[in-house]
Amino acid sequence: MSDTTTNPMRDAIQEAISENPVILFMKGSPEAPACGFSARTVAILESLGARFAAVDILPDPRIRQELSTISNWPTIPQLFVGGELVGGCDIVNEMYQSGELQETLGLEGPVEADQPPAVSADSAPLTIENRL
Amino acid sequence: MTRLDTLGKMSATPEELKERIEAGIPGAVASVTGDGHHFNAVVSARAFQGLPRIAQHRLVYDVFGAELGDRIHALSIQTKASATETEAQ
Repeated sequence: MSDTTTNPMRDAIQEAISENPVILFMKGSPEAPACGFSARTVAILESLGARFAAVDILPDPRIRQELSTISNWPTIPQLFVGGELVGGCDIVNEMYQSGELQETLGLEGPVEADQPPAVSADSAPLTIENRL
Repeated sequence: MTRLDTLGKMSATPEELKERIEAGIPGAVASVTGDGHHFNAVVSARAFQGLPRIAQHRLVYDVFGAELGDRIHALSIQTKASATETEAQ
């Protein structure tokens, strides 16, 4: 790269990350995700009633290139909370299962959802034990 | 032709990913499944001790660099810090 002084794309991404408390870089849109990992991440956030900004990285390959340079993270999706990278689909999913994600998002306790989370069918089924 | 050029023309196998993760991360034991494009890796390593999950995943991604998203289309990762050196198997 010859010119590092002016990089409008990188600046725009950095600005989006700092200005939005919760922002997801994904393939496609929350309404029409273009990849299973992006879809799953959106479904988790929506099931928690989290408000988040979303950026589709597909329209311009430079978005992904600059994003990964900023975040030092190679894959999509990427979730940022409070300007910090939380992780991709695997980490978001693990944190969701453990309850850490709710904490990170500042959503204490379970949220009354209108509908069950639209998670993909290949996720591990919950095992509920009733020991009463 | 360099080794990377050759690798670029071959599809990846779970065995190859497992070997490279175990060679690249100190004390790592990996179990990898996949179809040549999408892979799932469960990795435990003493190198993960005390690291946040995101840093643990970065160590695994770093093994593959630019091959991710290209030759290795997708790699799902689960990491565990192993407390002590685990015996083989």
